[in-house]
Amino acid sequence: MPAHHHGGVRPAAVTARGWGWRHAGRSKPAVNALDLDIHPGERVLLLGPSGAGKSTLLHALAGVLGDSTAGDGGPADSDDADESGSLLIDGEAPRDRRGRAGLMQQDPETQVVLSRLGDDVAFGAENLSVPRDEIWTRVHEALDDVGLAHLPLDHPTSALSGGQKQRLALAGILAMRPGLILLDEPTANLDPAGVLEVRDSVGRCLDKTGATLVVVEHRVSVWKDLVDRIIVLQPGSGTQPAVLIDGAPDQVLEQAREMLIAAGVWVPGYVPATRRRSLFGGPDIENLPVRQELAPGQLLLAAEGLAVSRERPRRRGFKSIPPLPIQPDITAQVRAGEALTITGPNGSGKSTFALTLAGLIPPVGGKVSATVELSRGAGIDPYKWKAEQLIARIGTVFQEPEHQFVTGRVLDELQFGPRHLGHGEERVDELLERLRLTGLVDANPYTLSGGEKRRLSVATVLAAHPQVLVLDEPTFGQDANTWAELASFLSELLDAGTAVVSVTHDQEFTHVLGGTELRLDAQGLSAPGVGPAGVGPSGVDAPEAATP
Amino acid sequence: MRAALTISGNHAVLTRANPLAKFGGVFLITLVLALSIDWMSASVALACELLLFPLAGLTFTLLWQRGWPLIIAAAVGGWSTSILAPDSGKILLDVGLWSMSEGSLELGLGFLLRGLAIALPAVLLMSCTDPTDLADALAQKARLPHRFVLGTLAAMRLVGLMAEEWQTIGMARRARGVGSRGTPWQRMRATLGQSFGLLVQAIRRATRLAVTMEARGFGGASRTWARESTYSRLDIWVLLGGAAIAAGAVIAAVWAGTWNMVWLERS
Repeated sequence: MPAHHHGGVRPAAVTARGWGWRHAGRSKPAVNALDLDIHPGERVLLLGPSGAGKSTLLHALAGVLGDSTAGDGGPADSDDADESGSLLIDGEAPRDRRGRAGLMQQDPETQVVLSRLGDDVAFGAENLSVPRDEIWTRVHEALDDVGLAHLPLDHPTSALSGGQKQRLALAGILAMRPGLILLDEPTANLDPAGVLEVRDSVGRCLDKTGATLVVVEHRVSVWKDLVDRIIVLQPGSGTQPAVLIDGAPDQVLEQAREMLIAAGVWVPGYVPATRRRSLFGGPDIENLPVRQELAPGQLLLAAEGLAVSRERPRRRGFKSIPPLPIQPDITAQVRAGEALTITGPNGSGKSTFALTLAGLIPPVGGKVSATVELSRGAGIDPYKWKAEQLIARIGTVFQEPEHQFVTGRVLDELQFGPRHLGHGEERVDELLERLRLTGLVDANPYTLSGGEKRRLSVATVLAAHPQVLVLDEPTFGQDANTWAELASFLSELLDAGTAVVSVTHDQEFTHVLGGTELRLDAQGLSAPGVGPAGVGPSGVDAPEAATP
Repeated sequence: MRAALTISGNHAVLTRANPLAKFGGVFLITLVLALSIDWMSASVALACELLLFPLAGLTFTLLWQRGWPLIIAAAVGGWSTSILAPDSGKILLDVGLWSMSEGSLELGLGFLLRGLAIALPAVLLMSCTDPTDLADALAQKARLPHRFVLGTLAAMRLVGLMAEEWQTIGMARRARGVGSRGTPWQRMRATLGQSFGLLVQAIRRATRLAVTMEARGFGGASRTWARESTYSRLDIWVLLGGAAIAAGAVIAAVWAGTWNMVWLERS
């Protein structure tokens, strides 16, 4: 056991004895009968299927779970949260050890508290009543440790990238000098560069302080080399213990490989099997009707010299000033049965471009034009289409499924589009079946799991039978099972003649879909190139059959 | 987009003054202007405020960008007062129902100037005051409960995010076939639905932010402050300046014989 470390940090020990927790208003416990010892300085990766109570355990250790009627022998009231057994940090309840553990969550936006960099790092230390001079010493040290020392202390936190925000959150945690660092899917919302940034910062800080680490993450390969123990939890039940497997990373990954794969964990060296793309209208399309009306490779939608920005024109007094485009000049074609993948670093305007192409954001310059095959009389500019004209032609799946929920029931959600259009309700059952939502028809969309929400959001958009499907980061934060299902389904859609445009960082996903890759760079230059599958043509002439 | 009203990178003199002193100064001016509705006190105050612009790092361009709704509101208020107020003195303009007389014009002008003189200090104050510094002063100097002050400050940061979220939800719903165009009834329904979506997201975000803050030890009875909110000699000048402008406005109005206490007006 390491006795002494730099920076005045004493690593914390965690002990759980028969610990369980039931959230208020739930009938089943989130965690049940957990027995666990984590020694000071250990680095633990926590795995398990969704619903295994990983986040609940982290929140409990951070001392931020609500109040409970802690096993006082009285009749349990199902409206109150219920705790059983004991969960201790250094032999004391986490709630009584404020500042002993620091927690980082998934959403970078809510990991920032204050609007200036230095103030945000100082926030935790202030709350722990650290003297002022000491606070600023810690702030400088922490910013140095996470690699943000080059920014001024009054740098606006809103101007940071996702990866920088998470590193800032880490600095804020480090300034509290915690003995236990808790990371709840800290990189799930980040691009590949951001993931490495955060992972490496965490590694450096642990090497320096020797603090204990517990991290929850689906992508094992990111954290495997940094941790020295993997614990696999299973969903709470009355009979089985919470810990399924516990041991050294290599050993656990070998022993539990099949089980982890079945649970949707991204095990290193394993790419989930997906359906292979075949020729347009090929023989192995299971349930989808082939789009007879379209010829393969038919041009549907084109962007010419397109300049995009999410900002609206600004008003300066009476004048209207057009925003500065993030991308000044993009040219791209969308063709029936072909995939267009948009890649590039965060902030390069990928999503903005896709949403402009999808008729949701007006172009700042250049134009988006639909060919007659797509517009079918609705006009050339998708942004000018009415909402119901749009959904029957171009369907867009947003990054956050909840943004698109418009009803309170899964079935209503799926029927919403067809009802508005007045046709196509027969497709709903097929989609329910195909995306494994049949058992959830009466559920409230907001209560679904992450993977279910993603499948539902794809299904609802497809219910309107659009010829072009646009997806913004469809695989972000998804487990391996949902990923494989989605990739297979989209490849099938492509073979049936739908055009699929996706914004993604995911190279495997790009590979499965094939087609053209359009890479956008942060400098605002677009460089079209042919993707790994080398299927689609790129840089062909403008749409000739467009309606006036 | 999220910069709100504070000018980033502002290093003008008044940014160094304590926010409470600035509030005090502005309060004195506004108090006097609320007492009387005459053009003299308003124009003296307005002239002095315009002279203070460089001290707050404001320029006329910046003022117009930030304060144009207020300026237009004051102008519209002044105009309607001058054509709708009861006539007195020589009639200058008469178009059916609308008429403008010397008396009503004077009243309208007073209204316009006072509107500007009350609105400008608010723009002035916000452009040279960082919300974090204001929170520090409110908690450390005005002794407001720190949980309330810091909770509000953190929530304000989310308001900017919510503006972006509103835009995103609007697009996401259009992609589901919910049009924000159409008849007023359809538009109202669409807006209601969008508001519900925003509310859900706001609650989610707020819950996560609350967890972040609690996990950083927020909510205890006592805490230290990394930034000390202090008063300096500058703050005395700020208060004296506010008092001088207020006094100057009263004296000028009394001297010109236009001082007109609001509650004595109807006697």
